[in-house]
Amino acid sequence: MKSLFLSTALLLAAPAAFACGTFTVGDLTIEHAWSKATIGADRPAVFYVEITNGGSTDDALIGITTPAATMPMLHETVVTDGIASMPHAMSIPVPVGETVALSPGAYHGMLMGLATALKEGDRFPVTLTFENAGDVTVDADVLSLRAEGPDCSDAGQ
Amino acid sequence: MQRRRAVILGLGATGAAVAFMLGVGAWRTRDRQRGNALLPLPVGDMDWDLTDHRGQPVRPLDWVGRPVMAFFGFTWCPDVCPTTLNDISLWLEELGPDADRLVVALITVDPDRDTPEALADYVSNFDPRIIGLTGSAEQVEKAAADFRVKYARVPRDDGDYTMDHTAGVFLFHPDGRFASIIDFHEDRRFAVPKIRRTLS
Ligand SMILES: [Cu+2]
Repeated sequence: MKSLFLSTALLLAAPAAFACGTFTVGDLTIEHAWSKATIGADRPAVFYVEITNGGSTDDALIGITTPAATMPMLHETVVTDGIASMPHAMSIPVPVGETVALSPGAYHGMLMGLATALKEGDRFPVTLTFENAGDVTVDADVLSLRAEGPDCSDAGQ
Repeated sequence: MQRRRAVILGLGATGAAVAFMLGVGAWRTRDRQRGNALLPLPVGDMDWDLTDHRGQPVRPLDWVGRPVMAFFGFTWCPDVCPTTLNDISLWLEELGPDADRLVVALITVDPDRDTPEALADYVSNFDPRIIGLTGSAEQVEKAAADFRVKYARVPRDDGDYTMDHTAGVFLFHPDGRFASIIDFHEDRRFAVPKIRRTLS
């Protein structure tokens, strides 16, 4: 499993800009895996990523795990009648031909029970579990608390 | 009050939590004779008492005479609140020194964890014009009522909790009149002119 993953992770051969790596599992392409620096280890961290389904079967992201946190969870920020809440997202659809983003103010991975504070420049693995494609482990890069996302314009993609 | 809310939320359904918050809003406004039940009071009619992230007391009258941008949140929130603070920091950047007179305040809905020190650690990451406000549970409830803001504690399985809360950003004219609300993640093209209208 691990070696299969490594052989399909094309980016490992080439240097990539921060949080600009590309990972694949089955027909899914996973890019822009990033997180934000935290203040200490008590506050939860976030995980954002983009998933593109280039196959012919719909898929769904159904869970994440990481050694960085004891209780990682998929959430969706929703604003109903002006009130923001973030219920657990059981399953985030990844339909054929579409790119689904976990991004600020929307779907996000919520990393509770951090092992240690996340500092800008850190990198940690996150395993994504898809309903059909199975598991894939990606590297999440920690950007600043002020970051809105990775800047991959120089990544030569 | 706090205990009753905890018991009801303990039943677990977010739907119930929201319904209960709305119920609290209706109940609160019934014994308040002045003002619209849904819109924030004019700043000069508010009556709360909070502490800023430097430990200084802040009251509504301190703000009268200056335009105000205020919003509610909590610093244990990794998605909504940093997103709003980032948006606000970008708006302030675009407004430049024109926004120096603007009061920009994050009022916590989680005073148990958001002490002045916790707020100071947090706001130091964003535009320096943004201040953090906290207080006792009762003081925060009073401020939220004056702004017509709703919030509730939502327990998690592991014994931890998060907060649901009104996500909009409130704008007030220098004379204290309520001006408008900037919705969560509203486009900068709409947000910045709304702020500018309170600055003149
Ligand atoms: Cu969350």
